[in-house]
Amino acid sequence: MPAMFIRVDMTREVAGDRELANKLAEVCPVNIFAQAPDGSATIVEENLDECVLCELCVQAAPPGGVRVVKLYDGTVLER
Amino acid sequence: MRFYEFECKLLLAKQGVPLPHGGTANNPEQARQLAAELRGPVVLKSQVLSGGRMKAGGVKFADTPEEAANAAAEILELPIRDQLPVCVSVEAKAAVAKEYYLGVTYDALAKKPVMIFSDMGGIDIEQVAEEHPGHVAKQHFSTLIPYTDFRAKELLASLGITGGELTALTGVATKLVRLFQQYDMTLAEINPLGKLEDGSFVVLDCHLDMEDEARERHQAVLDELGIKPDETRQGRPPTEFEIRGAQVDAVDHRGVAGRVVEFDGNLGLVIGAGGGSLTIFDAVQKYGGKPANYCEIGGNPSVNKAMELTKLILSKPGVDKIAVIMNVVSNTRADIVARGVIKGVVESGHDPAQKISIFRIPGSWEADAFKILGKYGVEYCDRSVSMSEAARRAVEKTGT
Ligand code: SF4
Repeated sequence: MPAMFIRVDMTREVAGDRELANKLAEVCPVNIFAQAPDGSATIVEENLDECVLCELCVQAAPPGGVRVVKLYDGTVLER
Repeated sequence: MRFYEFECKLLLAKQGVPLPHGGTANNPEQARQLAAELRGPVVLKSQVLSGGRMKAGGVKFADTPEEAANAAAEILELPIRDQLPVCVSVEAKAAVAKEYYLGVTYDALAKKPVMIFSDMGGIDIEQVAEEHPGHVAKQHFSTLIPYTDFRAKELLASLGITGGELTALTGVATKLVRLFQQYDMTLAEINPLGKLEDGSFVVLDCHLDMEDEARERHQAVLDELGIKPDETRQGRPPTEFEIRGAQVDAVDHRGVAGRVVEFDGNLGLVIGAGGGSLTIFDAVQKYGGKPANYCEIGGNPSVNKAMELTKLILSKPGVDKIAVIMNVVSNTRADIVARGVIKGVVESGHDPAQKISIFRIPGSWEADAFKILGKYGVEYCDRSVSMSEAARRAVEKTGT
């Protein structure tokens, strides 16, 4: 089932940056980011609704690199 | 967790509490041998975790080894509340002159352990307290200050116990308190405690309940008794629904959401927060509602856990609606539970607005929870609506 409450967007630049991908996988407390075998960052769809809205991913990425969207009211967490 | 009577007696024996001579038998032949060794009349008791053994025919007397073997054969085949005995105890029949009651438990209101003594043993202490209050004495004590002989004597003497009887009972009372504290018991009860014709005392029956959460602390003694970690040790075996609930809870380490007890009503309960579950359950019944289950959620369970619990409850035949009610939460996020419950309802193929009779989880992240619930048309309320009122509204919507 697709996520009902949370969407996470990241730019191509963020996704392709191995170091950043590693950092995102490390900071997210509920494993929404994972590192693909080629080192790029991927979103783990089935974990999206577990997002605790801590913004650690938003802070770990450069401004505009990661956005967390609350689908239930449209609020966007970004920097 | 409960202990079989023979295990209780082993634990009491470790404290030096006097017990009748005897042992346990797994078959009639062993019962015959034990009775022969005891050289006299014996009492045989079914070793099951539930009460009501006497009424169900699980306690028998025998005058000869042959009678003991026959009685054991009958008892071992007799289920009591759907449980077959694990063995049968065979003990020397004591010549009892008088029966007493001694028990230790926690008084939730006083927030202290309480020692209870009665000179009318052999019947339910609640019944004695109601019908003969003058024959029951209670005494709270501290878990920090050692329980002394003096305190025990104060209690016993309040019912007129004196002399050698006072000395003997004091020893049993202090040992029972020691056992209660040493093994994190929630109940340690000797009923009846028999005074024999020669003036000595002996434990005729007893009941011990250990705090579930303390099991790991007492692994050594549980190993000694042969109790395996997967033995739930409740008064009855868990139902399929309850087993699946435990599996939901074991899915991940976050929070608690899956400790369920099955009932056969139409209102599924997703409830919790300290004693909140009990309060809410009672309130549902007070307003004529029929709970489909009891449950405890708390400690910030994951969305997945809350979802699986909801799906489990909705999968139960006869469940019309669910009520999601907790006390004011600080360590559980209302929005996370809201997400889980709504996901569970949707994944079960239902409309949250129809299936969730009420959502009342005020506290941490309630603003986000209310937005989620509002989006799905679910009735919700904040702390200005009491848990009892929320239960009433749930019952009204679900029907009795
Ligand atoms: S906000 Fe927190 S929980 Fe959500 S995706 Fe970012 S790091 Fe993970």
